[in-house]
Amino acid sequence: MAEPVERRILGRMTPSDEEIVINFGPQHPSTHGVIDFVTQTNGEIIRRSIPDIGYLHRGMEKIGETVGYPGFMPFTDRIDYLAAMFANEGYAIAVERLLKVEIPPRAKYLRAIAGELCRISNHWVAVGTMASDIGASTPLTHALREREAINDLLEELCGARLTFNYARIGGVSFDAPEGWGEKILRYLDHLDSYVQEYDRLISLNQIYVKRLANVAVISRDKAVAYGLCGPNLRGSGISWDARRDLAYGAYPEFQFDVPVGQGKMGAVGDCWDRYAVRVLEMLESSKIVRQALAKLPEGEIMAKVLRKPKPEPGEAMGRVESARGTMCYYVVSDGSEKAYRVRVRTGSFMAMGIIEELSQGLMIADLIALIASLDVVAPEIDR
Amino acid sequence: MNAQEIHAKLKAQFGDAVGELTEAKIDPFVTVKSDKIVEVCRFAKSAAGLDFDYCEDVTGIDWPARNLIEVVYHLFSLQHRHQIVLKVEADRSQPSVPSIEGVWKAANWLEREVYDMLGVTFVGHPDMRRILLPDDWVGHPLRKDYQEAGGYHGVTNTRPDPLVRLVQKVDAERKAIAAAAPPPVAAPATATTTTTATATATNIAPAPAPVPATAPAPAPAKKESPNG
Repeated sequence: MAEPVERRILGRMTPSDEEIVINFGPQHPSTHGVIDFVTQTNGEIIRRSIPDIGYLHRGMEKIGETVGYPGFMPFTDRIDYLAAMFANEGYAIAVERLLKVEIPPRAKYLRAIAGELCRISNHWVAVGTMASDIGASTPLTHALREREAINDLLEELCGARLTFNYARIGGVSFDAPEGWGEKILRYLDHLDSYVQEYDRLISLNQIYVKRLANVAVISRDKAVAYGLCGPNLRGSGISWDARRDLAYGAYPEFQFDVPVGQGKMGAVGDCWDRYAVRVLEMLESSKIVRQALAKLPEGEIMAKVLRKPKPEPGEAMGRVESARGTMCYYVVSDGSEKAYRVRVRTGSFMAMGIIEELSQGLMIADLIALIASLDVVAPEIDR
Repeated sequence: MNAQEIHAKLKAQFGDAVGELTEAKIDPFVTVKSDKIVEVCRFAKSAAGLDFDYCEDVTGIDWPARNLIEVVYHLFSLQHRHQIVLKVEADRSQPSVPSIEGVWKAANWLEREVYDMLGVTFVGHPDMRRILLPDDWVGHPLRKDYQEAGGYHGVTNTRPDPLVRLVQKVDAERKAIAAAAPPPVAAPATATTTTTATATATNIAPAPAPVPATAPAPAPAKKESPNG
C-alpha cells in the first residue's frame, strides 16, 4: 500500500531546523470548505503552502455519464451551491448546443435575471466572508441579511433557496410569478444605496485596506498563465468577461461595464482589487437585471425538446460566466440517451492551482486573505 | 480567426503531425501526433496571429472500443477571442503523453486530474501524483471499465437495498410477536363472550397484535438494488 497522502505531501517538503510544517485545514473556518493547506513555515513567514484537495469529491463527471441528459441537471446544483444558477445554465447550454436547440427569448431573459440575482447573492457571501476572515465580524451579518432577500426572490421563482435546478435543457422550469419584477426592483433600489453604505462600513476601512493592499499580487501574465478566470482574472486588470466577450444568452442586449482591478489601494492584482471587483460587479448585475426586467419579452419559456433527448454523436462546450469565473461544460455524445462524457471545468479549481506559487513568502494571516480573495468554494474545486 | 484558419496555420507549420479538422461534430477539433503536442502548443502560444495565451482545459475521454484514450486540450486566446480544440491519442494500455506544463502553468493541475481520473501519465510533469483521490486509490474512475472496489480502508461504499431491509425487519417483528403470543387454543376456551375477548386483547400490553392489513408487501426478490 502507498503511503497516506498527507505523508506524501510532507515528503515533498524538507523543513530545516527552524521550520515547521502545519496542516492548515481541512477543518478550518477560513479555508472556505474542506481543504487542507499543508504549510511549511519559518515563524510567521510561509516558505510554501501546498493545497491538498479532494475531500468533497463526489464523482460528478462519472454521475453525468450514468443518469441521462435531463437527469444530471439537479446534480449540477451541487457543483457550486453558492451560485447554482450558473452551474445549471452552463450544462443546459452545452446540451442545447449538442441538440442544436434555440431557446425562446423569454427563457434567455429569465436565465439572465435569475443568474444575475444569483451573482449578487454569491458576491454578498464572498465579500462578507472575506471581511470575516480578515477579522471584521459585523459585515458578514449584513451581507447574509442582503443575501437572504435574494434567496426569498429566487424561492418565489423556482421554489428553492440554494439548489435551484432552474434551467432546463431548452429553457427554464418556471415562469416569473405575478408581481415578481416589482419586488426585484424594490430590492435593487435598496441594493444600489446599500453598497455605498457597505463601502463606508468595510471596503474603505483603513485597517481592512492595509490588510489587503499589496498582498498576494497576481500579475497579468501570471493570472493568464495559471488560467484564472472571472473576478480573479479581472482583479489583475484583464478585461475579460464571457457575458460580454462570448455574448451568450440574452447578454448581447444589455449595456453593462466590466469592472477590472485598477490598483487603487496598491498594486494591480492585489487582494483588495479582487475584492473591489466583486463589490462593483454587484452594481453591474443590478443594471443588467433592471434592463432585463424592462425588456422582458412575452412568450414560451421552453423550446420543444424530447423528454429523453438523443443528440447526434459529437461534442460541444458550454461556457457561462459564473460568479467564480468561466464555467465550462464539455459534453460528448455518442448518440445514446446518456452522455458519453461530461467534463466540468470550474473557476475554483483553476484558482487553487496558483496558491502554491503565490504563498511563498507570505505571512500566515496573508494566506487567509489570499484564499478569501480568490473566493474558492470546496465542492466546485472537487466536484 | 476561425477554426479553419487556425488549422491551416498549424498544418502549414507542422504538416502531417497535425491531422484534419473534424468539423461535422459541432465543436471542431484537430488531432495532433502525441510527440509533437508540446511543439504545437508552443507555436500556438507564440505565433503572431494565433496568440493562444490561455489554456482553458485539459481533459480526457476513454474509448475502449478504439483502444485509446483521447487527451483534449481547449486553447483560447484572450487577445483575439478565438479558440481551438486539440486532441492527442494515447494507447489505452500504457497511456503516456508529453506534458505541456512548461507552456501554460494552468496545465499543471489539469494534467494531474487527467492522470488521477484516467491514468494518463504526462511525461515531464514536475509533480505527477493524484489530485482528487487518495494516493493509494486503486484504478482510474473515468475509465469506462472501472469497477468500484467494495470499499476503502474498511469503509464500505455500498449498502443493502433499504426495501429489502425493511421487509426483513417487518418479518422479524412478526415472528417475535408470534413467538410471544399465548397458545392459540387457550384464548377461545377462556373467552365466554366476544365482548370480553376484545377487552382483554386491548388491555394486555404484549397481546398478539393482528398483522396490519397495510403492512408493506414483500419486495419482489428479483428487484436489483439501486446501489449495486
